Amino acid sequence: MKKAILSAAMMTAIACTAVAEQTITIDGSTTVGPIAKAFAEYFMAARPDVNITVSESGSGNGAKSLMNGVCDVANLSRPMKSTEFKAAAGNDIQPVAHVVALDGLPILVHPQNPIQDLTIDQIRKIYTGEITNWKEVGGPNLGIVVITRDTNSGTYETFEGLVMSKQKITEKAEYVGSNGAIRQRVQTTPAAIGYAGLGFVDKTVKALKVNGVYPSAATVRTGEYAIARPLFMYTNGYPKLGSAVYQFVTLYLTEDGQEMVEEIGFIPVTSY
Amino acid sequence: MKPKAHSPKRSLVMNASTSRLRRLGAFLGQGFLFSVTSLSTLTVFFIFYFIAKDAFPFFKLEGFREFFTSTHWYPSGHPAEFGAMAIFFGTGLVTLGAVAVSVPLGISAAVCLSDVLPFNTRQIVKPVIEILAAIPSVAYGFFALVVFAPLLQNHGGIVLSTGAWLILTPILSLLVIVLGDLLADRFPEALRRKARWICTLTLGAAALTGMMMLGNHLSAIQIASGTNALNVSIILGIMALPTIVSVSEDALQATGRELREGSYALGATRAETIMKTVIPASLSGILAAVILGVMRAIGETMVVWMASGNASRIPEPWYNMLEPVRTLTATIAGDMGEADHVTGSARFHVLFAMAFCLLTFSFVMNLVSESIVRRSRKKLGK
Repeated sequence: MKKAILSAAMMTAIACTAVAEQTITIDGSTTVGPIAKAFAEYFMAARPDVNITVSESGSGNGAKSLMNGVCDVANLSRPMKSTEFKAAAGNDIQPVAHVVALDGLPILVHPQNPIQDLTIDQIRKIYTGEITNWKEVGGPNLGIVVITRDTNSGTYETFEGLVMSKQKITEKAEYVGSNGAIRQRVQTTPAAIGYAGLGFVDKTVKALKVNGVYPSAATVRTGEYAIARPLFMYTNGYPKLGSAVYQFVTLYLTEDGQEMVEEIGFIPVTSY
Repeated sequence: MKPKAHSPKRSLVMNASTSRLRRLGAFLGQGFLFSVTSLSTLTVFFIFYFIAKDAFPFFKLEGFREFFTSTHWYPSGHPAEFGAMAIFFGTGLVTLGAVAVSVPLGISAAVCLSDVLPFNTRQIVKPVIEILAAIPSVAYGFFALVVFAPLLQNHGGIVLSTGAWLILTPILSLLVIVLGDLLADRFPEALRRKARWICTLTLGAAALTGMMMLGNHLSAIQIASGTNALNVSIILGIMALPTIVSVSEDALQATGRELREGSYALGATRAETIMKTVIPASLSGILAAVILGVMRAIGETMVVWMASGNASRIPEPWYNMLEPVRTLTATIAGDMGEADHVTGSARFHVLFAMAFCLLTFSFVMNLVSESIVRRSRKKLGK
């Protein structure tokens, strides 16, 4: 037993000395998380001396980690709030934004739902509980199951800001903890309505037109699609030019970076 | 025992200095153990202190009234509303549901393990039930969300009626046989055999018709959303099962052989021995098991966060288990991220107020179960 513990301790010691000299810690939004993960994989393949850990705990937690100096890069799916800026400034931390991609929030329904198009107004009324049946918007006679993200997520805040216009989401709404869970709930619930990042749309769910515009890279970039937002990475100050963090947060400007963003289903900010 | 012949490494006679050294060593050792033990005891007080410290500012800011009597939970609204009544209700509903699932199942299983199954089988079955406790709660949650919720949505009526059949068939057939027997005893000796048949058959037919009607009624039900109180109640019930089975089986075992043999010696059947002697004798232990199971259900977070739907609203009507509910634990877990004390203090402290309520409740429950167990030990003279 003693021997086992000793050898385990030695192994850990060896492992610790063997890992990369430089570590980048990333925390934040579950929406931006996949981008950060793809970047991290790409980056670590190119720079074996850098070790990157990516956590996904929500935009709010990401901002908190940055202002407490726990992470190097905070992923946010919404801009940082003034209160968060103040708190960060109080801790002598200066958040700098890098917009790494654009994202549309498609409104998702079950593939069997015949509805094709909703207006922002109708979506708002569904989420406030004013419209409770699909037949009120031209669908089948079926009670609507309203699904929303938890208040902890940037996706929720974006949706609240872009769609709800200060009205409250109905008490009947179900709250789920991630974009994947939204898709999971919508694809198994015929009467459901939900929203998630553009990267989460696949054949198992149907994205609706909003105000007659279908969510796509082109319509988001031109601003035609109404429920769209930039995705951020925040660092403490602008990273030192040439440093690993600098290379990481500017990866989105490279051609490979753009391809990765596109592959995950988001929209690159620039297109060469 | 004869001491070994070889010369001892240490002499048996101590001189003053080694004895003093030893005493010092013993003192240090005891001191170390004492400090480690008191550290874990102090932890409990520290947890209470720090949660209470962050909980009271909420009541100071917002008062008690809204928190306990309103159902409007909009912590991120402008202005924010902190009505947690629906959330308390959801916790209660889900816990009651879990108790309804786990207590009858758990106690029957414990009785079966301790008094019905042969020893060898018990040695295999009990560890298997206890494995249920080793499954991580997120795995239960995943199952509830990905498998059970769609099943309830798509085949809700069938699931409900199958469940009702599975639960009620054994209970009803037992009832029919026992009642038929009791009724037949009232007939004169000559007719008794025939009467027994007739009574049992009539009762059986009545029970079957009742079951059919109930089954038809249930299978017509459409469940709009599979992530609801019923879903988590069943899953939480299964999670509480190993605790209840294990603790109440221990209690049943602890009643001892003498009591059972005494009962048999008085001419009681096995059923009578179990119902009238063993269970009453171990009732306090079983109660403690139930309380522990309740605490497991009430404190569970991951499953309810994933599969209860998290709608902070009292279902209509209140006993409707097919609507989504929200619990205290899920609210604390789900709202923690945004609730930094710099971004809105009431929103931060309200979660601590909830945690404080939960902590107080489980503390009281723990004390109750502790005192019950102590009383049962006294009664059994151990």
